[in-house]
Amino acid sequence: MNGSRLKQILSSGKFAVTAECGPPRGANTEVVRKKASFLKDCADAVNVTDNQTAIVRMSSLAACAHLMQMGIEPVLQMVTRDRNRIALQSDIMGAYSLGIRNILCLTGDHQTFGSQPDALNVFDIDSMNLLHAVRTMREVGTDMSGYKLDVAPRMFIGAAANPFADPFEYRVIRLAKKIAAGAEFIQTQCIYDMKRFKEWIKMAREQGLTEKVHILAGVTPLKSAGMAKYMAAKVPGMIVPEFLIKRMEGVPKEKAAEEGMKICLETIQEVRQIPEIHGVHIMAIEWEEKVQEIVKAAGLFPRPQPV
Amino acid sequence: MIVGEQKPLAEIKNIVAPYSKILILGCGTCVKTCFAGGEDEVATLASALRLSMKKDGREIKIDELTVERQCEDEFLRQAASNISGSEAVLSLACGAGVQMVADRFKKTPALPGVNTTFIGILEKQGLFTEKCLGCGDCVLDRFAGICPVTCCSKKLLNGPCGGSQNGKCEVNSDIECAWQNIIDRYKALGQMDRLTAYYPARDWRNSSAGGLRKLVREDHVI
Repeated sequence: MNGSRLKQILSSGKFAVTAECGPPRGANTEVVRKKASFLKDCADAVNVTDNQTAIVRMSSLAACAHLMQMGIEPVLQMVTRDRNRIALQSDIMGAYSLGIRNILCLTGDHQTFGSQPDALNVFDIDSMNLLHAVRTMREVGTDMSGYKLDVAPRMFIGAAANPFADPFEYRVIRLAKKIAAGAEFIQTQCIYDMKRFKEWIKMAREQGLTEKVHILAGVTPLKSAGMAKYMAAKVPGMIVPEFLIKRMEGVPKEKAAEEGMKICLETIQEVRQIPEIHGVHIMAIEWEEKVQEIVKAAGLFPRPQPV
Repeated sequence: MIVGEQKPLAEIKNIVAPYSKILILGCGTCVKTCFAGGEDEVATLASALRLSMKKDGREIKIDELTVERQCEDEFLRQAASNISGSEAVLSLACGAGVQMVADRFKKTPALPGVNTTFIGILEKQGLFTEKCLGCGDCVLDRFAGICPVTCCSKKLLNGPCGGSQNGKCEVNSDIECAWQNIIDRYKALGQMDRLTAYYPARDWRNSSAGGLRKLVREDHVI
């Protein structure tokens, strides 16, 4: 055991709940604390995003440290867009030294989406290489150069999977590659297209992948019909089926958020029926205060106490 | 070829503003093919510049010449007298040509008239696309003849990211997803097994990341 509560919960066969916390655009510790306070008792671990959608924010590592001070277990998200292998490995060592035990290895959205599209990107390595590097640190005790580390980080290693991106038939192969590179848990892109998600899980099961990894199903409650349409049209690799957009449009504006919550809860109930799904990852974007309500309404509260 | 695009006239006017006698020096190879700096473009630019300067009430003497390649002494030498007879050279070559002029003719300012954009191909009439970053360690054999280092916006070597949809790149829908193309071509070539292969972190030392590159061909050194 590496001291990760998330790992402990998943290994014991319990259904895990993770949530997402996006750091602020600034150095305001209180914003982090406030958002995190909504998530404290209702998630087993909280992912802290790394300049998500390429918008410059407080660093994931620093925000993770704030969460730890509050007694919340963080999942350090790390993208390869902004830092080369030297910086990434250095931050992983720093994170481990601070007590961070979970990492989610990502490539990251392209910087042209973000607040500073004029920036140069890095992409020295990709998420697959990062997974491999973090596992090598733990299993072999060396950095990417083969240098034996004095106390090598022993992280519980996660990766993302997006069953809704193309080419579809490749998505399971990519999952297999991520598992082979070191991923022990997977957090998926938010699910609106349940049919496609189930098809992906079926393919993963047939290839024996679901036995090798803990898959946490990603959900994001919709706030409005506009948000549903925006996600369908503008967010790369996202599918929001037409019937869901219609459903959101079909209720009065002031009831839309409620409807979004309903859809989210239905999704959670449905993924809980899939034995290969070991948890749910709630990404309530700038809506962290709703997470507790979701967890409670889904019957996933209270969370198991750490051993 | 090296693809370039002529700078806007307004920018060129600013660049040549301090001079009253310039040489517009074209290059007859790559930039000629992409309509940025061959003989025709030299003539057109010279006329436009003269006219525009005249409208501004300014006199500028413009000499015009195009050599086969500005990046080789053998051809650049032919421009020696034109260059020495000018206050400055506005080179319509790629960045390599401009710097060659600057290096070989130290007393004359060499100015760029072209934005060098990429190494690419003439996709079809009027359309040039980027194909090579010159990374110094070609991997095309492993990627079905499509370069992920150049053609994937994230330089991914282990398959498409989560932003690939309907064959398009997440950066914008004008860009094809390189990985969709690689996978389609693997299929066509019967090389689908390559998709599962893990590609380790790359050694970038042969790329521009390793510092300024030089190629020494001992067999050609005199």
